[in-house]
Amino acid sequence: MRYDSLLDSLGRTPLVGLPTLSPSPTVRLWAKLEDRNPTGSVKDRPALRMVEAAEAAGTLTPGATILEPTSGNTGISLAMAAKLKGYRLICVMPENTSEERRQLLRMWGAEIIASPAAGGSNEAVRVAKGLAAENPDWVMLYQYGNPGNAAAHYETTGPELLEDLPEITHFVAGLGTTGTLMGVGRYLREKVPGVQIVAAEPRYGELVYGLRNLDEGFVPELYDESVLTSRFSVGPRDAVKRTRELLELEGIFAGISTGAVAHAALGIARKVVAAGESADIAFIVADGGWKYLSTGAYEGTIDEAEDSIEDQLWA
Amino acid sequence: MAVEVRIPTILRQYTDGAKTVEGSGDTLSALVDDLESRHPGLRDRLMENGELRRFVNVYLNDEDVRFLDGVKTSVSDGDSVTVLPAVAGGA
Repeated sequence: MRYDSLLDSLGRTPLVGLPTLSPSPTVRLWAKLEDRNPTGSVKDRPALRMVEAAEAAGTLTPGATILEPTSGNTGISLAMAAKLKGYRLICVMPENTSEERRQLLRMWGAEIIASPAAGGSNEAVRVAKGLAAENPDWVMLYQYGNPGNAAAHYETTGPELLEDLPEITHFVAGLGTTGTLMGVGRYLREKVPGVQIVAAEPRYGELVYGLRNLDEGFVPELYDESVLTSRFSVGPRDAVKRTRELLELEGIFAGISTGAVAHAALGIARKVVAAGESADIAFIVADGGWKYLSTGAYEGTIDEAEDSIEDQLWA
Repeated sequence: MAVEVRIPTILRQYTDGAKTVEGSGDTLSALVDDLESRHPGLRDRLMENGELRRFVNVYLNDEDVRFLDGVKTSVSDGDSVTVLPAVAGGA
């Protein structure tokens, strides 16, 4: 396919069947390969959508500085767009994120401000909000609360899924900003009666939940519980096991968060089989495994992999 | 057998530092009442006006109880309950 530029090639990603992992010909799993986006992750969709909306609104003007809290992918997407469009980008990123993500950000010219590992993305959000208040001329797109994030998925990811899989019964994705689940979930609920919208939430090591008190907890402004039908917590062991199964059984080299999503999808598939029903379950492959090779998730025993990603932000 | 409850770091001051505690009850609400009898103060950190606090997530066998029956969710011996503070996810 031909496009005028890299940015124009966004989206329209393949939806592939998983014939080996699917439990039966009537309970089928499908993977939407979002690693096939310009910078290799699903975040290209919301990042570009938020940038374009800010440009249209006049808040983002030539030479402006963009600020964003990110654990990696959104920052990388923004860095690419900022490079091409002539913006300066500052990412606030937790210390416990993989080296590959830092290298990619630097390569695309982004500046990185580290936030403490303890508290994970919560701290990145807190630090970024502080910096935004101190630097009113910087533009914080703020993916956790920017309606453009969910809108990108409502306008593109959702329609693509329905076009490729009109018989869809379940949609499963990772829960971070909640943008993918809110956008695709709203779209599918409008079009497909009874569709199930399932969140897979990564369960990190204790360091990441190291708040000083419960009032420092965080729920993304975009989150609307009523869009979801269920929400599962998936720990690192299951995430790593499924990431490896995707590679071994279906040839898909995915990031660790996709393993968590696949785990939830397979859990649903098992329940559907037990109930004697049929289903077409689509899930999001948010990115490929390249950026996580240094985490240790892809070699050694499952125990070793689980230990090595314990205190890292693996999704 | 009983229900195993995993307690996050931030609430272990109520469990003498224990990472997991055991309790019993037919529902999540009853389970929390049972825990309160041995770990005073815990209930108020988890619940407010009979509902889960906004920044508290509780999972029954890895499923968020808000999508089951909330505090009225049935629990049985051998189940695993995990309590976690709500935090920002990766993005």
